[in-house]
Amino acid sequence: MSSDPALSGLTGSIIHDEIVPARAPWLHHVRKGEVLRIVDLEGNQAVDFLIYSAADDAERYSAQDTVAAQGNLFLRTGTVLLSNEGNPMMTIVASAVEYHDTIGGACSCESNTLRYGHHTRHQHACVDNFLEANLTEGRGKRDIVSNINFFMNVPVEDDGTLGIVDGISAPGLTVDLRAEMDVIVVVSNCPQINNPCNGFNPTPVRMIVAAA
Amino acid sequence: MSATADPRSAREHARAQGGTRVETMPILPPVADDLPEGVTPADLVWEETVAPGGYISRRLARGTRLRLIDKGGDACASLNIFNAEMPTERLNVADTVKIQWNAYLGAGKLLLSDMGRVLVSILEDGAGTHDTFCGVSNVASNRRKYGEGRNSGAYPNGRDRLILGAAKHGLTRRDVHPAVNLFKGTRIEADGSITPMVGPFTPGREVLLRAEMEVIVVIANCPHVLDPRPEYASTPLRLTAWCGPLTAQDDPLRIATPEGLRAYLNTEDNYRR
Repeated sequence: MSSDPALSGLTGSIIHDEIVPARAPWLHHVRKGEVLRIVDLEGNQAVDFLIYSAADDAERYSAQDTVAAQGNLFLRTGTVLLSNEGNPMMTIVASAVEYHDTIGGACSCESNTLRYGHHTRHQHACVDNFLEANLTEGRGKRDIVSNINFFMNVPVEDDGTLGIVDGISAPGLTVDLRAEMDVIVVVSNCPQINNPCNGFNPTPVRMIVAAA
Repeated sequence: MSATADPRSAREHARAQGGTRVETMPILPPVADDLPEGVTPADLVWEETVAPGGYISRRLARGTRLRLIDKGGDACASLNIFNAEMPTERLNVADTVKIQWNAYLGAGKLLLSDMGRVLVSILEDGAGTHDTFCGVSNVASNRRKYGEGRNSGAYPNGRDRLILGAAKHGLTRRDVHPAVNLFKGTRIEADGSITPMVGPFTPGREVLLRAEMEVIVVIANCPHVLDPRPEYASTPLRLTAWCGPLTAQDDPLRIATPEGLRAYLNTEDNYRR
């Protein structure tokens, strides 16, 4: 029995356990029934997250289908992450953080020039991570669509004003995702340094996969 | 004797159908008797009314104005937009709301690409109910609601309509991206819950768009995915487009916000060749 608190509550045997460095991409195949746990090691580290069906990668996570089906923008324990064809891809089976974001998108070199100025053009960005990881499996720019931002906080005010604000996560908090089909998970451990999504300091996260 | 028993009579039969007018069709060459002041018939490039449950896709030149009219109060214009010269660049709904720091579309808002450029701007908005969050219906959601959702059935779904429209420009399932919905709206409550605003509305509401790049627009006109009515509530969507000048340096939309100005600077840079 492990005494590692990051493994507590996982019932299946641990079949993968990896630290994703700050700012890095990560790609992993998760089979139906397996549980992926993401550990926010140092707190308030946005984990930008894409899901593709392993059987047909033109089917992929859709933020719009997911929020429309549950009638709410926030991803919480129990949220079923739906594909662009309306099929369950993964379910959030546990979350130590109250809610996660899926409307804020992923930072890119290009969008950074709009949000912060052209001086940010050559900084690291999530879309570059998504591209780098996807290109290893033959997917390209057209395959980068809507994403989840675990551990990121994007409130919407009454007049529609929205923005990435200070996070509500903390060191060691976790989110658990059960695969409902065989999926390919692509992550950007967000390198953004111009807004509070990473507390202005990108940090490593830990990815643990437990067998079904 | 059948009227179509041989090729010559079949040809006569087919040709006799020409000239039929229905409400939902393209008008070629385009004619519109309600162009705004200052727009001449020679400026007109497109006049078409999209059927309930229908779709259309078309390339529009930079500077083109596209007017959408919800003729019957139950149109829902779901938009995908591509850079016509490089369709891997397309509408990014998340960037559109994040960069403009606001969830809601209306006059003055920009529809941004995933390359930090302005694809389309919203010049006028007589509707006020639009949606950036819910996207389109799919075959599964239409089957649940209407018992059927295929393109070839009576209740086509938004996603499959967008796929067909995109496919007419050589694009595929992979290219259909998160959509914005015009005329059917959502409000976001403090707890994140989504309140649909799906009408039916007063017929004749209009939205006027301006193409800021060479774009392909794909438009599906299917019921909003959160429309609670059991019937497939969809009415014709009229589209009228005319050419117009490129956005001037002092255009109020161009200079309204620092983020928007930089989006225009990136757009103008794309055409600096």
